[in-house]
Amino acid sequence: MSGIADTLLSGDLPRSRILTALLGVIVGVLALAPLLFDGAQAINTAAKICVFIVLAASYDLLLGYTGIVSFAHTMFFGLGAYGVGLALYGWGATWTSVAAGLALAIVAGLALALVIGLVSLRVKAIFYAMITLAVASAFAILAGQLSDFTGGEDGRSFRVPELLRPATLLFRLPLLNIDITGRTAAYYLVAGSAAGLFLSALRVVNSPFGRVLQAIRENEFRAEAIGFDVVTYRTLGNCLAAVMAVFAGALYALWLRYVGPDTTLSFGIMLDILLMVVIGGMGTLYGAIIGATLFILAQSYLQKLMGAAAKSTQGIPVLPDLLHPDRWLLWLGVLFVLSVYFFPAGIVGTLRSRAVTQEQLPKT
Amino acid sequence: MADPLLTLASVHTHIGQYHILQGVDLTVPTGEVTVLLGRNGAGKTTTLRTIMGLWPPSAGRIAFAGQPIGGLPPPDIARRGIAYVPEQMAVFSDLTVAENMTLAALAGPPDTARLEWIFGLFPALKKFWRSPAGVLSGGQKQMLAIARAIVEPRALLLIDEPTKGIAPAIIESMIAAFAELKRANTTILLVEQNFRFASSLGDTVAVMDDGRIVHRGTMGDLAADSVLQSRLLGLSLDAHA
Repeated sequence: MSGIADTLLSGDLPRSRILTALLGVIVGVLALAPLLFDGAQAINTAAKICVFIVLAASYDLLLGYTGIVSFAHTMFFGLGAYGVGLALYGWGATWTSVAAGLALAIVAGLALALVIGLVSLRVKAIFYAMITLAVASAFAILAGQLSDFTGGEDGRSFRVPELLRPATLLFRLPLLNIDITGRTAAYYLVAGSAAGLFLSALRVVNSPFGRVLQAIRENEFRAEAIGFDVVTYRTLGNCLAAVMAVFAGALYALWLRYVGPDTTLSFGIMLDILLMVVIGGMGTLYGAIIGATLFILAQSYLQKLMGAAAKSTQGIPVLPDLLHPDRWLLWLGVLFVLSVYFFPAGIVGTLRSRAVTQEQLPKT
Repeated sequence: MADPLLTLASVHTHIGQYHILQGVDLTVPTGEVTVLLGRNGAGKTTTLRTIMGLWPPSAGRIAFAGQPIGGLPPPDIARRGIAYVPEQMAVFSDLTVAENMTLAALAGPPDTARLEWIFGLFPALKKFWRSPAGVLSGGQKQMLAIARAIVEPRALLLIDEPTKGIAPAIIESMIAAFAELKRANTTILLVEQNFRFASSLGDTVAVMDDGRIVHRGTMGDLAADSVLQSRLLGLSLDAHA
């Protein structure tokens, strides 16, 4: 059993009991979400978590493993979403449209990542970050202005292949009395693809290529002196992360059956994935799972939770005002400040460092 | 003297507005240990970094095995068979000892027999093979940095102050390791401030001052001449014994 896990996780096990338990609960709940939850909000949240795990993991590949600070990641996310969305909108709701839209988005994403990488990865990190910010802003403006093609600020709603439509009844689970519909199929397409992409990313970071990226992140001069071309490796890392973000965007579009600038290209999403990676733990990949889950759960349920808390503290002075649902963003901010304070290396990084036993430490 | 493996002729290096190397002429004979001595700021580290391509020369000629390498990017120079061990325990802390070593094996997975030979030189590395390099002691990190450079046979090792900040007991084992490398006919250009360490290993010596080579000769001659030591280095072997 441990051998299978070792192979699946490319030898990069969670290395902390608490972390293993946390990941087990998250993966278990996500795997069974359509069977466990009835309401649309819960399934939407679960699907969004799956998509953002891929997106945050791809950003961790860039930030945590390669040391590149990019603000263009949502552009690749948007490319994937627009590629599939516009193909389904323009060419009809078929799997061919999905494949063609995804292929075009991957080619465009790779080309953009390659150009941005080769042109700007030679400059210092801060200039690279500024260049990516400019390119991403230009792309978002373009998507908004080409309204005949993209639907502008309103975006485009489209139909998905029949297998993924909510009205399609695939079969019925008699024991659980649950209808398995196209919506369930769409969820498992998103969750299964997310699992595959995450495991692929784990394979990449634990390959010799991934070790070179980590070495470059730690000290690029040393890596160069050993014999590695830093710009080439960084550009390849940039391209890999971009392709993964394109896939995440495509999955999100298929799930939402809608594509628009607010859901894929906004700078707010960029900040969200940055927070997910930082809170989860940079350079761990598992941090993407923890960070995305916590962040999206907080986004989706904190307001409701605060409403209930405000109601139950009615008799106490000040507290109901502080816990008013309208103040959810304030408390979300407080939660993030606290998590960074108590988990300076991110949740995964801190849990792993606590789990390092004395036997692993060399004695001089 | 053996045939030169590395030759620097009138090499100048500018870092920003500063003119650091001001016409360095240096020859490193094949199969010998050449020690580069000099006070702090004389340009020793800049010389190694210039050879490695990390700071490209602004003028002059650098030839390795008869081929010009001045101005080539560092990865190209490394792939020609030059390994560089920077000062200050230059390991990749987030990677394990094993990953540090494997990373430097450019031709494929490290050869088992060679690894055993390296473990013979630095036994601590075998013990902590799966530990993150960041948790090793200073001496162990320095051993790892050197081991990484010799994980595959290299034509030339550039080693910058391996004993800096290292405990005396570790320095002794390092002398033994370098002596073994020397027996294996490894060509080394060693920058060192510890004269006892340098004199116990060096075949030839070059002394730098103000970005130039101001003395060249055999290590034996310099070690035997305390007046010359005083004049060139402001020290005597006796004082450092």
